[in-house]
Amino acid sequence: MRIEAHTLARMLSRRRGMELGFKALAVTTLAIALGSLALLLLDAIADGAGRLSWQFLTSFPSRKPEEAGILSALVGTVCLILLTAVFAFPIGVGAAIYLEEYAGKSWFSRVVEVNISNLAGVPSIIYGLLGLELFVRAMGFDRSLLSGALTMALLVLPIIIISSREALRTVPRSIREASFALGADRWQTIWHQVLPLALPGILTGSILAFSRAIGEAAPLITIGALTYVAFLPDGLFAPFTALPIQIFNWVSRPQAGFHANAAAAILVLLAVLLLMNALAVFLRQRYQKRLNL
Amino acid sequence: MDETTALEVHDLNAWYGHTQALRNMSLSMMERRITAVIGPSGCGKSTFIRCLNRINDLMPGFRVAGRVLFKGQDLYAPGVDPIEIRLRIGMVFQKPNPFPKPIYDNVAFGPRLCGIKERARLDALVEESLKKAALWDEVKDKLHHSALALSGGQQQRLCIARALAVEPEVLLLDEPCSALDPIATGRIEELLLDLKKNYTMVIVTHNMQQAARVSDTTAFFMLGQLVEFGPTSQIFTNPRDKVTEDYITGRFG
Repeated sequence: MRIEAHTLARMLSRRRGMELGFKALAVTTLAIALGSLALLLLDAIADGAGRLSWQFLTSFPSRKPEEAGILSALVGTVCLILLTAVFAFPIGVGAAIYLEEYAGKSWFSRVVEVNISNLAGVPSIIYGLLGLELFVRAMGFDRSLLSGALTMALLVLPIIIISSREALRTVPRSIREASFALGADRWQTIWHQVLPLALPGILTGSILAFSRAIGEAAPLITIGALTYVAFLPDGLFAPFTALPIQIFNWVSRPQAGFHANAAAAILVLLAVLLLMNALAVFLRQRYQKRLNL
Repeated sequence: MDETTALEVHDLNAWYGHTQALRNMSLSMMERRITAVIGPSGCGKSTFIRCLNRINDLMPGFRVAGRVLFKGQDLYAPGVDPIEIRLRIGMVFQKPNPFPKPIYDNVAFGPRLCGIKERARLDALVEESLKKAALWDEVKDKLHHSALALSGGQQQRLCIARALAVEPEVLLLDEPCSALDPIATGRIEELLLDLKKNYTMVIVTHNMQQAARVSDTTAFFMLGQLVEFGPTSQIFTNPRDKVTEDYITGRFG
């Protein structure tokens, strides 16, 4: 069958038009996504950049906006995340190893799997309510750093488990078989061969999970973390505050000076987040190198 | 010639889930001989060889019935430790699978698992194993370089050295040359003939010439069943079964 020249030309120009249309649509969506992010960032920089100073980082909150700083919030956030990692990382990786390497494909493991995926999607405020009831009240840890870290650990646990399982799954079966064929048992295979290969992936996923936790205010507010803390936490049971709470507090004040402080604190929080994500990217790069050595 | 049976298989049946992979297999493999297993893809060759060191225990949904006797002991009897079996029956896989670690650590992995820690003993074992696998001269100056930097053929010989380092009595080879070029294949075949002095070997291969060149006995599998089993010379020159003849002369498969 031959298509007449002018029909073909019309068909092709219509196709080109469609393609152009789709391209424009894709670019527009990208522009909306990036643009709103840039706008947010520019707004924060415009409002807060002037407040960024050594004094801002090293001062406690104050009633006078120009004297106020984020020392307690920054230290609180760092302590909170480190402590969260101490609880969530070993438990999360351990659970992932069990599910991936030991549990097999039983009815039980499928139920657990579905539940973990669902837990990863539960709103963070629900974890806050659980933390309030369990850690603050039932276990009597009060509104302490420990309560906050345990609550955050629950929040990130499903994400760590899911990403660790994915990392474990990328280790080829051939490596496991090689190890078993040499008389290794399951644990020796996991410890000597599987974990070293999966570790960068596990770390990347976990860091991304912690960077999600670092921006969370809702669960901390729910467990009653303080908003005005003029001292540094001196132990697990010390009251604390964190950057998102400090930001939340400043934004809700009427004075414009505090709004500038909030914007500056947002910039600091973003810097911390970027730093953590950079670490994750760095680890992933190393991981790729290891496999195609 | 004095022939002793190393491995004896009786009425072996195996399943992956509901699919039966092996049906009523019975054959025996002689000590210090090479037994070749040939047959078209999907005929159960790999499943068979993977039953001989219980590595298939790790496959989800895998089931086995029947007996595999290793020097009279049933590998599938209750109370038998698969780890002990795998120490005595080593395995080399189809695709070279060195650990992404230095050459030295690849070979020393097995001995270390057995609790050997003294440097001198490990050094000696590594050297000896690499020599047995005809790889020592090529790698002796780069023992601490990554095993992944070696060529495919070298990697496969490293895998053989690694298996030999735990001092097994039997070596199972599951299509060890299918990922290698003819020159590397030739080197591995030479190596196998040399290793025959001390080891019992079972080799699965798609390469008919290879089976004819290296093996003493050949088993021909079809659709999970043993069709013919006998001395290699007889199987290749005077097969009793029509199907075997068609297969080895390349009329199908």
